[in-house]
Amino acid sequence: MNHWLTILTLVPFLGGIIVAGLGAERKTLSRGLALATSFIALGGAVCMWMHFNAASGELQFVEKADWVPSLGIQYFLGVDGLGALMVLLTAIVTPLAILVSGTLFEGDKNKSPHVYYALVLWLQAGLFGTFTALNFFHWFLFWELGLIPAFFLVKLWGGPKRGPAATQFFIYTMVGSVALLLSFLAIRFATGSFDFIELAAMAKSGALTKALEAHFAWKSIAMIIFFGAFLGFAVKVPVIPFHTWLPAAYSEAPSPVTMLLTGVMSKMGVYGFLRILLPIFPDQIRQVLTPLLWLAVATIVLSACAAFAQRDLKRIIAYSSINHLGYCLLALFAATSVATGVNNSDLQKAAALDGALLQMFNHGLTASALFLFVSLIEKRSGGLRGLDDFGGLRKVVPVFTGLMGVALFSSLGLPGLNGFVGEFLIFKGVFPLAPWAAAISTIGILVTAIFLLTLIQRVFCGPLNERWAKMPDLTTAERFLVLPSIALMFVLGVWPQFILSAVDATVVKLVQQLNF
Amino acid sequence: MLAWTIYITFFGVLVLMLLPRDNARAARIVALLTAIAGCVVAFVGAIQQTNPGEVTTIVKVPWIPSIGANYYLAADGISLVLVVLTGLAAVSGILFSWNIEKRTKEFFAFYLALIGGVYGVFLSFDVLLLFVFYELTIIPKYFLIARWGSTRKEYGAMKLALYSFVGSHLVLIGLIAAWVVAKGQLGHASLDLIELSKVHFSVGFQHWVFPLVFVGFAILAGMWPFHTWAPTGHVAAPTAGSMLLAGVVMKLGAYGCLRVAMVMFPEGVRMWQGEIACLAVAGIVYGAGVALVQRDFKFVIGYSSVSHMGFVLLGLATLNTIGLDGAVLQMFSHGIIAGLLFAVVGRMVYDRTHTRDFNDLETMQLGKKLPFAAVTFVLAGIASMGLPGFSGFVAEFQVLMGAWAVFPKLTILSGVGILIGVAYTLRAVQKGFYSDAPAAHGGHHDHPLEPISTAEKFGAVMLLGASLVIGIFPGLLMNWIEPCFNSPLSMFARLLVKGGSQ
Repeated sequence: MNHWLTILTLVPFLGGIIVAGLGAERKTLSRGLALATSFIALGGAVCMWMHFNAASGELQFVEKADWVPSLGIQYFLGVDGLGALMVLLTAIVTPLAILVSGTLFEGDKNKSPHVYYALVLWLQAGLFGTFTALNFFHWFLFWELGLIPAFFLVKLWGGPKRGPAATQFFIYTMVGSVALLLSFLAIRFATGSFDFIELAAMAKSGALTKALEAHFAWKSIAMIIFFGAFLGFAVKVPVIPFHTWLPAAYSEAPSPVTMLLTGVMSKMGVYGFLRILLPIFPDQIRQVLTPLLWLAVATIVLSACAAFAQRDLKRIIAYSSINHLGYCLLALFAATSVATGVNNSDLQKAAALDGALLQMFNHGLTASALFLFVSLIEKRSGGLRGLDDFGGLRKVVPVFTGLMGVALFSSLGLPGLNGFVGEFLIFKGVFPLAPWAAAISTIGILVTAIFLLTLIQRVFCGPLNERWAKMPDLTTAERFLVLPSIALMFVLGVWPQFILSAVDATVVKLVQQLNF
Repeated sequence: MLAWTIYITFFGVLVLMLLPRDNARAARIVALLTAIAGCVVAFVGAIQQTNPGEVTTIVKVPWIPSIGANYYLAADGISLVLVVLTGLAAVSGILFSWNIEKRTKEFFAFYLALIGGVYGVFLSFDVLLLFVFYELTIIPKYFLIARWGSTRKEYGAMKLALYSFVGSHLVLIGLIAAWVVAKGQLGHASLDLIELSKVHFSVGFQHWVFPLVFVGFAILAGMWPFHTWAPTGHVAAPTAGSMLLAGVVMKLGAYGCLRVAMVMFPEGVRMWQGEIACLAVAGIVYGAGVALVQRDFKFVIGYSSVSHMGFVLLGLATLNTIGLDGAVLQMFSHGIIAGLLFAVVGRMVYDRTHTRDFNDLETMQLGKKLPFAAVTFVLAGIASMGLPGFSGFVAEFQVLMGAWAVFPKLTILSGVGILIGVAYTLRAVQKGFYSDAPAAHGGHHDHPLEPISTAEKFGAVMLLGASLVIGIFPGLLMNWIEPCFNSPLSMFARLLVKGGSQ
């Protein structure tokens, strides 16, 4: 019996407890310890990735033990390609976020760095748990465990409007969580199971819907329960129109926290769609497929337009995050369609889902890198980050301009960089399955290109704003800080097999599960 | 063994009365030792009970043979859970009233008398004995609030006493009627709960007697719309008083509903099941909504108690195993969490700042001045919202799962109550501890606050630990609760036969 995943989750959790116990005085030590913990977790995650058998779509590193048998609660952990990918992403983004957190605590002594670092580590533990748990009770524990540190990180270390932003974030997410909880209690009541794998098997045979209808004597109950679960994930991703918490939370949160929010926490929602919603409610999704596709299209197009209208760098990237995750949803929903009359529909679905998984990882990498760059700009400008506050920076900070340009072009989907491959696969898959949706979504790509180029133009090109004539370029330490992300962007751009080969078996299995 | 919880506690009252008037320190220590002894006995006794599914007799001697009354103490798993809760609440309440200087000895004497009565109710299996202990708790409650309370204390105390008396009179009328009918059927007078639970009262009789007894008990459980004593009483009471009111006294009402009203009149419950559930959900949503707009910190917690007790009543109304399991677990969980919330607000904040008004607290930045209180309140608030990891989640989770079976629409509605619960807790955290409002300078708020004492830290850690342990290992208590409802021979079997759809 191996306990690899349990240990991996416990490392940041225990590290957080130790860091919290250090006290506010030992700033450097708490930072160092947090960093060490996150690197140990990274090492663990990389080891797991190496030992992960990519050829198999089955769950691996499984741990299963009874917890509260009478309630159907088990301690059930395991990862397939999807879970392993997300664990790896979490492990990569967290140390980066900790590395750039140092500036938050310069000068002011009253900001309790030990609590901050402990919360970041607990957030990481919550994320690891969410991506590995396969029993609803256990999974929900970690889903909520991730929310509480995130709330306090925004609430206590955020910008001027952090109070309302944190509250809005928390309440929105809780609306989703309560709906999700009620849905799963109903499912547990009707089927006696909390096990995601078991429930997916029941859904495939159609037994789940029948059981629900039989137990409740209420025809539309399955649909209501589906919407409850849908709401839980839709808020987290977020899907328009459930997104209004996001711009406030992302822009008020300190930049390292935004890196975690967008880099990994937003993936919790997409992960939920893939692991839970698609396998457990395929019938219901099919019944409302067209509206769902419209939601995905609206998410893509409207968020791109909203990003275009923003004047704050953080808000621009925040809206572009919604846009990028919209592509994942488009792929997911398209992959559920029945698709009669499409040649090789399984192949197309697999392409779309492959693209979605790749896009999740890429977006985590790129968006967190972009927020990292914003935090570096803020450090130099004393907190200014308006689109019109800069100008001509490329003359004074050429290295910065070059590297951030790479990240921006990756976000834009330039071939050769990572963003392209994911979006390409998604569109390749979605076009035959839902041509109209794919066609309208291309508007999103176009608008994204416009606002990202505008950003580059306003900030880095044009006449130099004299105020920044003495802005220092990236220091050596900072170059090393952004180097891994930039390198990965190139690597994944030319060699996406690194990820695709690991998730392919999982995707094939998921597609088979959706076809019946 | 468990009977000693009652005797030790009343013996403690006696010792306190004999102490010299001005020795506050001795009074505190005697009270604490008594409570700890009671708590230890409760734990050991509960663990020793090998078969929690059955009623284990502790003592049974004739008391008033002519009316069939016995001195009959016994315990099953549900009693065990609540006795352990009482033990924990008693010890922590004393830790949080260490600073009582005014007539210390009388305070703790009343306090222990209340605890003794509560132990008595949870262990009585004779209706008259149960009723006597139940009445016995009213008197110390009244004096604790009227003498040591704050904010309209006479009003709060009187209201609580009157509501309690009205409730117990309803119960009394119903029980006398039941006694008369049962005597006719059994051929001899009996007040034995186990015997009464086997009597078949006619459906017409149950139809009107059940609501009398149930509502009589449910008044004390804070059932909407008879809940109004709860917020005023909680606010007026001294810290330990509110901790006990919310922690155990409200459980007395819910326990009475389950143990007496529902067990004796199973047909009656089935007839009124829908109405009870509606009132319970009304309480959940209404209590949470009112808590959301309070200006007084203690009123927020007071109304939140009404909301959380709504889950107990909803669980009772489901009449299926899982809902009832959840209801009993929620009694335990709410006892622990509400006690802790009142301790933070009453002892840690109010006794130091002398205000509970959010407008004043906002300017004090207590998050920085009292970090221990702030962290405790945040954790207790998370537990109270019902986030996983704490006991409240497992309890509400089962109540809702049970409720899905019977009242799917009401279940969805109670989800709204949970959400408002999140909102008022966040609001309280924000306004009470982490407000960004500019600090007020000058005035009486500027003096340094007395640091949190060791006694308070012990109490807080104990309660939080209990909630966390049960949240992660609910099996510890479920192993006591479940057999009570699962066994076909138990006194609840009649209740579950036809009602639940499981």
